[in-house]
Amino acid sequence: MKIRVKLFAILRERAGTAEVIKDLVDGSTVADLWHGLQKDYPKLDVPGIRLLYAVNQNYVALDYQLSEGDEVVFIPPVSGG
Amino acid sequence: MFRVTHQPIDLNEPVCYVTDPEAGAIATFIGTTRNNNEGRRVIALDYEAYPEMAEKELARIGVDAAKKWQICRMAIVHRLGAVQIGEASVVIAVSSAHREAAFAASRFAIEEIKKTVPIWKKEVYEGGEVWIGTQTGQEFKNK
Repeated sequence: MKIRVKLFAILRERAGTAEVIKDLVDGSTVADLWHGLQKDYPKLDVPGIRLLYAVNQNYVALDYQLSEGDEVVFIPPVSGG
Repeated sequence: MFRVTHQPIDLNEPVCYVTDPEAGAIATFIGTTRNNNEGRRVIALDYEAYPEMAEKELARIGVDAAKKWQICRMAIVHRLGAVQIGEASVVIAVSSAHREAAFAASRFAIEEIKKTVPIWKKEVYEGGEVWIGTQTGQEFKNK
């Protein structure tokens, strides 16, 4: 299944891209996706960073099971305001 | 009105939006960009968002505030892109029949924005730049 990943802020800069399409086996979770991405883009591994996870613009847990066409965003600590 | 914008924020717009004949008070909060942070001289700020989700989360803050306090209307506008020192980065306006609810809801909104809304601020200062929130050590610096 194909998953669209959007990258923002420090993760976008570290990956050198704002969007990645990743092909995953059925049943993959957000955690599986993150591990796969870190293999493709080793600089995404920011030591100690605390991420939140969003699928289709809703916060989810790391064990959330993905579906074809999902849009996933790994959210570094927010700093609006 | 819950939105992000790359344009300078017109301060009147959110205030006009929440104006309501039922209201006896409008509270506003304006976040502005500061020229210093933790002893560093900040020369520029850059805001980035996951815009669709940021607007959704801003609207969620409005819904939650309306559950907690008797407010009439709420508006939140957050600026994106390069923001000059001293300019408004976020404007919150809340109207309510009595002032306590408007004060409380605007305070709630800015605290929630800093916790859950996917917006990120990069500070550019003399000798470097940093994404705020990830700068707990040298290793987090991106450059």
